Amino acid sequence: MMDKEQTQNFIARRTAQELKNGDLVNLGIGLPTKVSNFVPENIEVVFQSENGFVGLGPEPEECDIDSHIVNAGGMPSCILPGGTFFDSATSFGIIRGGHLDATVLGALQVDEKGNIANYMIPGKMVPGMGGAMDLLSGAKKVIVAMEHTARGNPKILSECNLPLTAVSAVDLIITEMCVIEVTDKGLVMTEINPEYTVEEVQAATGATLIIAEDLKEMK
Amino acid sequence: MNKLISIEEAVSKIKDGDTIMVGGFLANGSPEKLIDALVASGVKDLTLICNDTGFVDKGVGKMVVAKQFKKIMASHIGTNRETGNQMNSGETEVILVPQGTLAEQIRAAGSGLGGVLTQTGLGTKVEEGKEKVVVDGKEYLLEKPLRADVALIYGTKVDKFGNIYYSGSTQNFNVLMATAADLVIVGAEEVVEIGELDPNYVRTSGIFVHYVVEEGL
Repeated sequence: MMDKEQTQNFIARRTAQELKNGDLVNLGIGLPTKVSNFVPENIEVVFQSENGFVGLGPEPEECDIDSHIVNAGGMPSCILPGGTFFDSATSFGIIRGGHLDATVLGALQVDEKGNIANYMIPGKMVPGMGGAMDLLSGAKKVIVAMEHTARGNPKILSECNLPLTAVSAVDLIITEMCVIEVTDKGLVMTEINPEYTVEEVQAATGATLIIAEDLKEMK
Repeated sequence: MNKLISIEEAVSKIKDGDTIMVGGFLANGSPEKLIDALVASGVKDLTLICNDTGFVDKGVGKMVVAKQFKKIMASHIGTNRETGNQMNSGETEVILVPQGTLAEQIRAAGSGLGGVLTQTGLGTKVEEGKEKVVVDGKEYLLEKPLRADVALIYGTKVDKFGNIYYSGSTQNFNVLMATAADLVIVGAEEVVEIGELDPNYVRTSGIFVHYVVEEGL
């Protein structure tokens, strides 16, 4: 079994394979941020930081710290050659305006209609949506990268019961167990981690999975 | 025209009950010393419009800790536990606004628009109580303009007329808020003489700014 860090890296590595040469991509905070560590060497991807730039650089410890630059998590960061700074209206114009090829976000819940809940648990935790609602409504492709369950409870459900961040927004779900495409027919499992059986994945999922005819091994 | 005044004089212009906008994203590009002076002034019952509520010890979050807000409009409050505590206890009203919508509402107010149409928030709690408009078969939420009595913004290098150069990712909401308040005060890391800034690199024109305060580094 993988520990937490190995699990997150496994998910991030698989998610990075979804990115294409020339893509402009926005990564959410937490696990999604790790995706930038696994971008295949044969492609170039530009990362956006919602607070106001494109050309987001690698992990802060690998670059010269400038106190005027932070990433979307508020951490000291850096910009790569060719990058651009702008204001928040321009940044979200990029997000909503069809300029963003993909976003990778975490989630509390995702359901078979592609609905997603990831900004509040009423009465318990209310961090706010930040830029997530705009990203979900604007990005051309929405990838949810998350652990398959939370403390053993399914996060992939037939219907979300937490307040939604967006309706019918999710295209692809990537977890340590499998890869799921959200389709008009429902959730189609296209890849499975060979460490698990189909039955085990289904048991950890709160919605009925449609198994792709050409189900592949997750790498 | 020299708009440079002291921090004390600037802070005296903010009254109990005012609506204030504060620039910055998780305190990056926030006028930190103006915020400190506002905490010291004890001004209260304010309404805050800001991207987030910073941290308990950094950015506008220090004013949350000092309980100076009766109402907060922000996209994110998760980095400041005090905001959540005051929201749960009912002490402070918190309205969560998607970040891109907040930016556009401020931009609309500053550029004479009656609002903006966006698909962000459709089908969520954000649409509650809002008018929906259909354009060419697509549904949008009507989000109204958002103004303030006072905007407290940041500048990296500011001349005495109020022209602002921003370094790094500090533009964020500052550029927008500069246009959308009756009184605009900029806290400058460095103040320079008029003519020293290359107009090609000025991001906020001094025509939007009423007062300049030197914060220093």
